[in-house]
Amino acid sequence: MEFLFYMDEVFAPMNFGLLLLGTIGGLILGATPGLSPTMAVALLIPFTFKLEPQQGLILLGAAYTSTVAGGAVSAILLKIPGAPANIATTLDGHAMALKGEGAKALQLSFISSAIGGVFGVLLLIFLTPVLAQWALSFGPSHLFWLAILGVTVIGTLDSSSVVKGLLSGCIGLWLATIGFDDIMGAQRFIFHSSVSGGINVIPALIGLFAIPQVIAMFAKGRQSNDAEVIVVQKHAVSEAFREVIKRKKALTIGTLIGSIIGLIPGVGGQIAGLVAYDQSKKFSSESEKFGTGHSEGVIAAEAANNAMVGPSLVPLLTLSIPGSPTAAVLLGGLLIHGIFPGPDLFINYPKVAWTFIDSMLIGQILMCVFGLYVAGLAASVARVPQSVMAAVVLGLAVFGSYSVQNTMGDVYVMGALGLSMYFLERFGFSAAPLVLGLILGPIAEANFIQGSMIANATVGTGTYFFTGWLNWLLIVIVVASVGYSVWMEVRNRRYTSKEEILS
Amino acid sequence: MSDLPRNQHIIASGVIATIGLTVAYISFTQEPAAAFLFPRLISSVFAVLAIWTFLKAVLGRTKVGNGLSGEAMKNLAPGLIVMVIYVFWAAKGLGFYTATAIAFFILLSLYDPAPHGEIKSWGKRVLITAGFMVVIYGLFAQLLYVFTPREIFF
Repeated sequence: MEFLFYMDEVFAPMNFGLLLLGTIGGLILGATPGLSPTMAVALLIPFTFKLEPQQGLILLGAAYTSTVAGGAVSAILLKIPGAPANIATTLDGHAMALKGEGAKALQLSFISSAIGGVFGVLLLIFLTPVLAQWALSFGPSHLFWLAILGVTVIGTLDSSSVVKGLLSGCIGLWLATIGFDDIMGAQRFIFHSSVSGGINVIPALIGLFAIPQVIAMFAKGRQSNDAEVIVVQKHAVSEAFREVIKRKKALTIGTLIGSIIGLIPGVGGQIAGLVAYDQSKKFSSESEKFGTGHSEGVIAAEAANNAMVGPSLVPLLTLSIPGSPTAAVLLGGLLIHGIFPGPDLFINYPKVAWTFIDSMLIGQILMCVFGLYVAGLAASVARVPQSVMAAVVLGLAVFGSYSVQNTMGDVYVMGALGLSMYFLERFGFSAAPLVLGLILGPIAEANFIQGSMIANATVGTGTYFFTGWLNWLLIVIVVASVGYSVWMEVRNRRYTSKEEILS
Repeated sequence: MSDLPRNQHIIASGVIATIGLTVAYISFTQEPAAAFLFPRLISSVFAVLAIWTFLKAVLGRTKVGNGLSGEAMKNLAPGLIVMVIYVFWAAKGLGFYTATAIAFFILLSLYDPAPHGEIKSWGKRVLITAGFMVVIYGLFAQLLYVFTPREIFF
């Protein structure tokens, strides 16, 4: 119950102010199509430099939680999901809005988001210390395999092509080796003075997540934002609460599925929402109503996509393996304050860790309260033209990257990586494994070198890295994740070919 | 797959394969060997996967990624040129605030769907640019104390 001990920290004036700012700002940013939670959190990192570590994390955590929930506003009122996690919400949410039940749909989405989110954070609270305690016994070989596991799982599960996902991870691992070698001090791959000190993670994150979206907006041309915002009629919040309780089966399915999916690295909110929607439909006595504006569809999808937020941080806080791209960005936020998450985070920085987790718990409730009242404003913001959005994001990306170390090199790195990533994405490569490679590369290398030294002095490299049940367990998971993804890819291809032939 | 994406896939995967092979070559030829132990490990996998992707593209068996359509290229070209000039030259050459104001206004003018013949829409663009500059100055110069390179005009 250590988390209760730090609860008062959340209510310190500055911390609570930042929590409010992150929550309200996140709701508005989340409602804006094209601004994904990952990108929003990446653009916010430079604003945390002057803050205390826990304050910075409170801001980022609140923004993460609220952007996911805020995405439901544009999904319901505009039929444009604010984030991929809200795709399933559009199916019934927009249909409800068309029937004049927009306010009810928004209320249901925020209430179920908050309930799912609170459950997810409680899971984070109770699972994290147990896993962290266990992870204390990890040696260099285990940490090396864990880092490789982080890259391969995201590379295979988050990408539509296994080979391209793994290749993206390799590019990230290579980028992480640029600069001076830590042990010998040798120069490695320094082809430009901008990267002589290595590639800083923050400008890289901003470039990889923000710039491709900016260019994607350019690619749409002079497109007018003529999506019609449906006017919402008043609906009593108490009735919405009653409806959520009445639909407890959908809420439970959404919450449980979201929490379980959140624990699996690489499987994002989009999958959580869609799987929860599908399962809720299967178990519903009114399954025929799904897709026509049925409240269970909104409840299940929204409970799931917010329930996955807390558990997605478990691998990050205990093993320093970010389970999602947004968790990777949060890791960047920790690293700039000199805090390295891992098994000893709760021993060395209990105040930072617990205040952050507690703030996420309180943030869920604030998100629900403000969501119910800010939804109308957020929907108006969602209509900001793409031209303005692209220019704003580009400006913030340049200033944000520069402010990390006050060097132009970081701006060039941000620009170059962002440009490259846009074109790579056009050809099936994905930013998430590349970012994971970039972040986990130093962990993998440090533990590989340390492990090799121990191995050379003791049992030999092969024996050290390939024996022991934990090494084998991690290797089996790496191989299984790659194997499963290859099998799924081949199966889908076969299925598609058969359908093509039949058509 | 049509010829346009196929050729694009060959070019893209060719570039990646060249980078992969270069990284592998550097990793295996540079000294001290101990400093390149980890890069050797990853560059081997990198090179193999990159060649695999390149061969699949050459054989026209790439399944993922639609490449860039002619229309998308036409749409993004002006914005991309402005962005490249802004990021890689103007921000330092003209100063952050001057370059940002110019780039922001040009991008807004290029992609704003409002007609270019209307004086009202130009006024709106100027106002949005000015508003953004006030916010960015307030955030970075006043709140975060970020010292940017010297401006060309002030």
